[in-house]
Amino acid sequence: MISNLIKRKIFTLLKVQYSNMLEYRVEIALWAISGIIPFFMLNIWTNNNLNQSINISDVMLSRYFLCAFFVRQFSVVWVVFSFEEDSLMGKVSPYLIQPLNPFFRYFAQHLAEQITRFPFAVIIAFFFFIFNPESLWIPNLGILLLSIVSTFLSFLIQFLIQSIVACLCFWTEKASSIERLLFIPTLFLSGLLAPVVSFPAYVKSWIYLTPFPYLIDFPANLLSGNEANISGGLSMQILWIFLLFPLFKKIWSEGTKKYTAMGS
Amino acid sequence: MNLRKYLKVYKKFLHTSLASELEYKANILVDLITAILSLVGSIFLLSIFFQNNGYIGGWKFEQALIIQAIYTILNGITNTWFNPNLTEIVKHIREGTLDFVLLKPIDSQFFISLKKINPSGFLEIMLGFFLLLFCIKINQINLSLSFLSLSLITISCSICILYSLWFFISTTTIWFVKTWNAIEVLRSFLYIGRFPLNSFSFSLRLFFSIFIPIAFITTIPSEVFLGLSQLWKILLEVIVASVFLVTSRKFWLFALKFYSSASS
Repeated sequence: MISNLIKRKIFTLLKVQYSNMLEYRVEIALWAISGIIPFFMLNIWTNNNLNQSINISDVMLSRYFLCAFFVRQFSVVWVVFSFEEDSLMGKVSPYLIQPLNPFFRYFAQHLAEQITRFPFAVIIAFFFFIFNPESLWIPNLGILLLSIVSTFLSFLIQFLIQSIVACLCFWTEKASSIERLLFIPTLFLSGLLAPVVSFPAYVKSWIYLTPFPYLIDFPANLLSGNEANISGGLSMQILWIFLLFPLFKKIWSEGTKKYTAMGS
Repeated sequence: MNLRKYLKVYKKFLHTSLASELEYKANILVDLITAILSLVGSIFLLSIFFQNNGYIGGWKFEQALIIQAIYTILNGITNTWFNPNLTEIVKHIREGTLDFVLLKPIDSQFFISLKKINPSGFLEIMLGFFLLLFCIKINQINLSLSFLSLSLITISCSICILYSLWFFISTTTIWFVKTWNAIEVLRSFLYIGRFPLNSFSFSLRLFFSIFIPIAFITTIPSEVFLGLSQLWKILLEVIVASVFLVTSRKFWLFALKFYSSASS
């Protein structure tokens, strides 16, 4: 009975958000295009033969960057920006009264956006293969499923981190600038611009203890068929989720106690 | 033209927007840390590229640092003036408040381009200048009057091109209403301005010289610093900059004919 209710709630939320997202198709297409930085990076790598020193062939590297693009497309999170706006506008108050944590709403929004985004990402990949026909490959079904799971886990980690930052809105008005700060290490250390294998040894010694390489580098390596420690990577992702989730619950319950609506 | 009037109005703009931005003092500190981390990150990325190679696209590491410095300065200028103002256009158009701007006895482009200022961008500009000074030292560049004036000309041309690009995209909002993510696309393209143009493949180089002249924005000023630039390139940049400025102005006036307030 209860599970049925939750299922119905989630289904309704998803349906509402999906139709909402479909209204903004062009916007989402533009978002998809703005994620093409990995392809520019690929161009620098192959055009200067930089990949020889890290023992990855041109084809494998182009697959890596294509997968990095895909993983990034399906793990983009912007919950802090939505929450900050809603919180400043006082829209959070009605959400708080509802018998549903408002973050479910944002979660559904993100999932719906990913579904809307999917065709555009495929079109970009299609053009990529026209320009690089030799890098076309078909991953086997098991790997594909595993990488979808790990991309989703990566999305979850980022969603949790950003939700924690978003909860800081209860204390400060500009939580999004903290998110911009956190985005910098994510950009440079996650493997979006350069595979983690190529990092110098003094970074590699500690980077695998942070969540960053599991955000893009690990799922992208997995999907592209580059070397990846499957069980190690997945368990690290799950470990981070288990670490972050209680933190989020704690800061949420503290924050809602602190919350006073605008003008009170 | 009554320049004095505009100067006086601009002084008021500065006063009001600084006063409102300085309300968020902690925010400025966070932005400073973000700017520093972002610079450290891009130098880190650059060092990965140069790990096993002496040259990238014919540029040494010390020389490529100049590009980083100029990019940082220009990014600071973008964050100080272009970003806060031009994203506002979208809001003006969606909420119909552009009416109030158009009714004022002052040039509308002047008003919407310079109304706001974000002081945390200054810190980034300063950071860029420090890096530039450091680069001048390690590359043993002789400072002469002709060199200084040439570099000043090229950098101001870059600023003009950058402004025109931003303004051009923001103007399209009059037709498409929600294009602030087209600005994200521009941002991601501008990202390649961090690297020497020669490090990209021929087709990309062509694209970034003709359609979106990012080549002119950072590479030519850096060449001037190194004393490598030919006169025709500098002249070409001046021409491109003036064409962009004039076109963006004309485009704005043209677009205004199609403006029909909100819900009319």
